[in-house]
Amino acid sequence: MSTMPDPSALLQVQNLRKSYGENVVLHDIDLTVAKHDVICLIGSSGSGKSTLLRCLNLLEGIDDGVIAFDGREISDPLIDPRDVRRRIGMVFQAYNLFPHLSVLANCTLAPVRVAGVAKAEAEQRALALLERCGLADKATAYPDQLSGGQQQRVALVRALCTDPSLLLLDEITAALDPELVGEVLEIVRAEAVGGMTMILATHEMAFARDVATQVCFLHEGRILEQGPPEQIFTAPREARTREFLQRVL
Amino acid sequence: MALHDGLGARAAVSTVASDWTPSARELERRAVRRRLRHRSILIAVGITVVVFGALWVVTVTSPGWPNVKTTFLSSHDAKASFHEIAKGFWINVRMFVVAEPLILVLAILVALTRNSVTPWLTPVRFVAIIYTDVFRGLPSLLVVYLLVFGVPALELTGLPTSRVVLGTIALILCYGAYVAEVVRAGIDSIHPSQISSAEALGLSRTQTTVHVVLPQALRRMTPPLINDFVSLQKDTCLVASVGVFEGLFAAQDYGNYHFNYTPFLVTGLFFLAMTIPLARFTDWLAHRARIRERGR
Repeated sequence: MSTMPDPSALLQVQNLRKSYGENVVLHDIDLTVAKHDVICLIGSSGSGKSTLLRCLNLLEGIDDGVIAFDGREISDPLIDPRDVRRRIGMVFQAYNLFPHLSVLANCTLAPVRVAGVAKAEAEQRALALLERCGLADKATAYPDQLSGGQQQRVALVRALCTDPSLLLLDEITAALDPELVGEVLEIVRAEAVGGMTMILATHEMAFARDVATQVCFLHEGRILEQGPPEQIFTAPREARTREFLQRVL
Repeated sequence: MALHDGLGARAAVSTVASDWTPSARELERRAVRRRLRHRSILIAVGITVVVFGALWVVTVTSPGWPNVKTTFLSSHDAKASFHEIAKGFWINVRMFVVAEPLILVLAILVALTRNSVTPWLTPVRFVAIIYTDVFRGLPSLLVVYLLVFGVPALELTGLPTSRVVLGTIALILCYGAYVAEVVRAGIDSIHPSQISSAEALGLSRTQTTVHVVLPQALRRMTPPLINDFVSLQKDTCLVASVGVFEGLFAAQDYGNYHFNYTPFLVTGLFFLAMTIPLARFTDWLAHRARIRERGR
């Protein structure tokens, strides 16, 4: 059941409902994210993790409920979605880098065009971030010349370059070879330690256990169970959560 | 605050999916969306009426309007010339109906040749490159002249001598070169992974092209393809310049005798009657394919 809006929350979702025609993919989602929280969404494919993330930055319209970001209702039709998206970063499973732009140009596109940062300044910042992510020598390369892990790290840098208040990560390691997963998660871990607020859909249970402040288990479009990682992973209340964890761990 | 209202109303709503009813906040939002939609419709209608109304007024109040009306919009001349134009236009129709499939076949062959990698086809590949370069670069009218006057001059038996047939062949040659480039671009736009997965299934190069690459490529290139076909339909008029009594020539002929340009508009309407339904039809085909493949 819903609670009163929490003024200290960065993001608050209440009773969110999303359907595609007859098919209801999200029911009564309640989620509160405070600053510096790292929320991990776990659950099997089709449980609604990706759709929930896409609803949060308004890539998908919702059918009911309220999403409030920084104290303002962003599910209001009168809100300009671009105002919201420039403050929320997103990284996709399939990287979605722009193949016609160099790594550096991918990273500076939004800061220069959307935020109006001077080109030199945006490049400086992008280069610093690329260097921190071990990609300093790839700035002039094009996405198709990079490995999957490198591409996903670039995608992370691209999202970070816009200096977002909230970062949404949609199964960002699901398309990677196991040995490339680590290099990507290392960056996510560093961001988590650095205090970045994040919501991530993930299949990496060990990682979720390690970095999450809260873990949400989604099942058939509902958040069935939610709690700190120690509780969810060691003493889940719900039978379905136990079943899921047995299958994946 | 709106946020509060929505949440207050929610408490009453059951969490069971089947008896979900929209919350007060959702209903409020729907009303806002409806209002926004109505506003855009109103703006669209208003601006359209104003713009076209202004154009209309400027036209009909211009000093020469009565004159233009009698020379371009005379219903008497339209009726009188209609039959001859229809007869002439039938030639245009036959020309492009025959030309379009042949152009497509020629273009696909040229495009596939240019994209082939077999060393055996190297001379054909050269011919294909020279063909597209030359025929794209030559004015269509010039090619029509060359064929209509040049081929009969060879005095070889077995070659066609009809001006309509030779004119059609000229257009096929010109447009084949354009369309070949469209086809090539379409083929190149198919992601290499499609070819890899077809080859991984054991399909031959030809099977891959026929069953995987071309069907996807042709769909992507429909809009530029229709462009070229519409352009071809109009260019069938070029045979008027070698004395074929087709639609435009019929209009010109009537105009020369009666000092009236209305028949040109009649011919124009004939062409639009062909090209507009074609555009809508291909839009519908594309829409249907999208529905089938993506469900929306």
